[in-house]
Amino acid sequence: MSFVTGLRCRECGRRYPAEALHVCDFCFGPLEVDYDYEAMAASLSREKIAEGPRTIWRYRDLLPVDDATPVDLGAGFTPLVRADRLAAELGLGELWIKDDTANPTGSFKDRVVSVALTKARQLGFKVAACASTGNLANSVAAHAARAGLASIVLIPEDLEEAKVTMTAVYGGTVVAVQGSYDDVNRLCAELASEHPSWAFVNVNLRTYYAEGSKTLAFEVAEQLGWRAPDHVVVPIASGSQLTKVAKGFAELATVGLIEPATPRISGAQAAGCAPVATAFATGADAIAPVKPRTIAKSLSIGNPADGWYALETIRRSGGSCAAVTDDEVLEGIRLLARTEGIFAETAGGVTIATLAKLAAAGQIRSDERVVALVTGHGLKTVEALSGTVGPTASIPPTISAFDAAVGEGPDTGGLA
Amino acid sequence: MSVTVRIPTQLRTLTGGTGEVAVEGATVGEALKALDAAHPGFAERLFDEEGRLRRFVNVFLADEDVRFLEGLDTPVQAGQTVSVVPAVAGG
Repeated sequence: MSFVTGLRCRECGRRYPAEALHVCDFCFGPLEVDYDYEAMAASLSREKIAEGPRTIWRYRDLLPVDDATPVDLGAGFTPLVRADRLAAELGLGELWIKDDTANPTGSFKDRVVSVALTKARQLGFKVAACASTGNLANSVAAHAARAGLASIVLIPEDLEEAKVTMTAVYGGTVVAVQGSYDDVNRLCAELASEHPSWAFVNVNLRTYYAEGSKTLAFEVAEQLGWRAPDHVVVPIASGSQLTKVAKGFAELATVGLIEPATPRISGAQAAGCAPVATAFATGADAIAPVKPRTIAKSLSIGNPADGWYALETIRRSGGSCAAVTDDEVLEGIRLLARTEGIFAETAGGVTIATLAKLAAAGQIRSDERVVALVTGHGLKTVEALSGTVGPTASIPPTISAFDAAVGEGPDTGGLA
Repeated sequence: MSVTVRIPTQLRTLTGGTGEVAVEGATVGEALKALDAAHPGFAERLFDEEGRLRRFVNVFLADEDVRFLEGLDTPVQAGQTVSVVPAVAGG
């Protein structure tokens, strides 16, 4: 059952019914879902969750919509991989990678979309829509197809080819907008006013959508044997995921599923789009928007809706925030692939490069249990690696040519 | 200078449901103050006690965020459109 009691403005506290509303009519502050945590705690147990599906819907009591048949492609319960070889390279101790490349459309967005469209369908919407940097477009188009909803997806026109194909293949409407993601987002915020019968997952359904990211924290805690890690590294685009990861751990403690804990939350951004990292570094109390210029297109939000809350969450948790160059992003992608066999998109490169940077600076310590969120698959952004990886050699099919190109090959460890 | 201000759904209760209002003003700030004079209630929602735009209010002039221009002091030309958009969207 659903334990939602309504929506509440995070800024001024005004209350609203649990409908397709995302900002406060009075102060424009974001609306948050309110729950009856006492009733939720009485209903929940580790055993009940363990009996649930191996998807985000095992945590349905903690989500803002309950439905016996959710809009579901199987998002969530992705691998939490112990990363000893990467840890050794970075001088860290216990390091885990939350491998969200394993989601149905290859990114964490399946979590938030499954929640948002399940709610949208309950509210009677027939059209799913979004403003996207690519991963959300893939996920909305796929989940809408699955649910038999029409979809209207708006993206910046300079997106990676794979992300465009992986959206258009599902047969919905895909509109490439001549401008940045921030332009697309502003257009969608205005379109949402003109088309209230469309469920823009990250505009009028955003309150529910954002809650889906809590499942990252739920899974990490469950996969660690029902305990929070000491430190989590999270990429920042709008900042929503980071704030919801913190909220997820806090809720688990509130309902008694884990011991109370406040993991340090650190943020990762690309230097070409680092409004939150810049505010963290300068101690600013406001986020100054920027014009993004980075290969990490899925994080290219220059005017992040939850930037302020992400900054506040990082500071309150004792975490840190850093930005990395595009070259460091590419090295991060290769480092994760080489040490752990996980191929991440550019946003994952941002996370790994930031992890390396904060470890080198002593801000992530070797005595901490660390989790890094790798939120999207490398096949989505292969062109970013163009010219940096490729075949070792190109040869005719002969032994001599092979020997000439590769020689004895790698060390066989004594095997003949 | 006559400019058009686009009103988001959340604030259309102040304009009797209309999504666009024509106002006079030489700057973005003046246009928004004229909007409040015509439809009282906008100022307290858009501005904080110091008269700055609230954290969750974005204002665009001809599709550009005024924070990349001269903020509320940005001059407006006759016929331009000023859009008031909730900041909490996207991502």
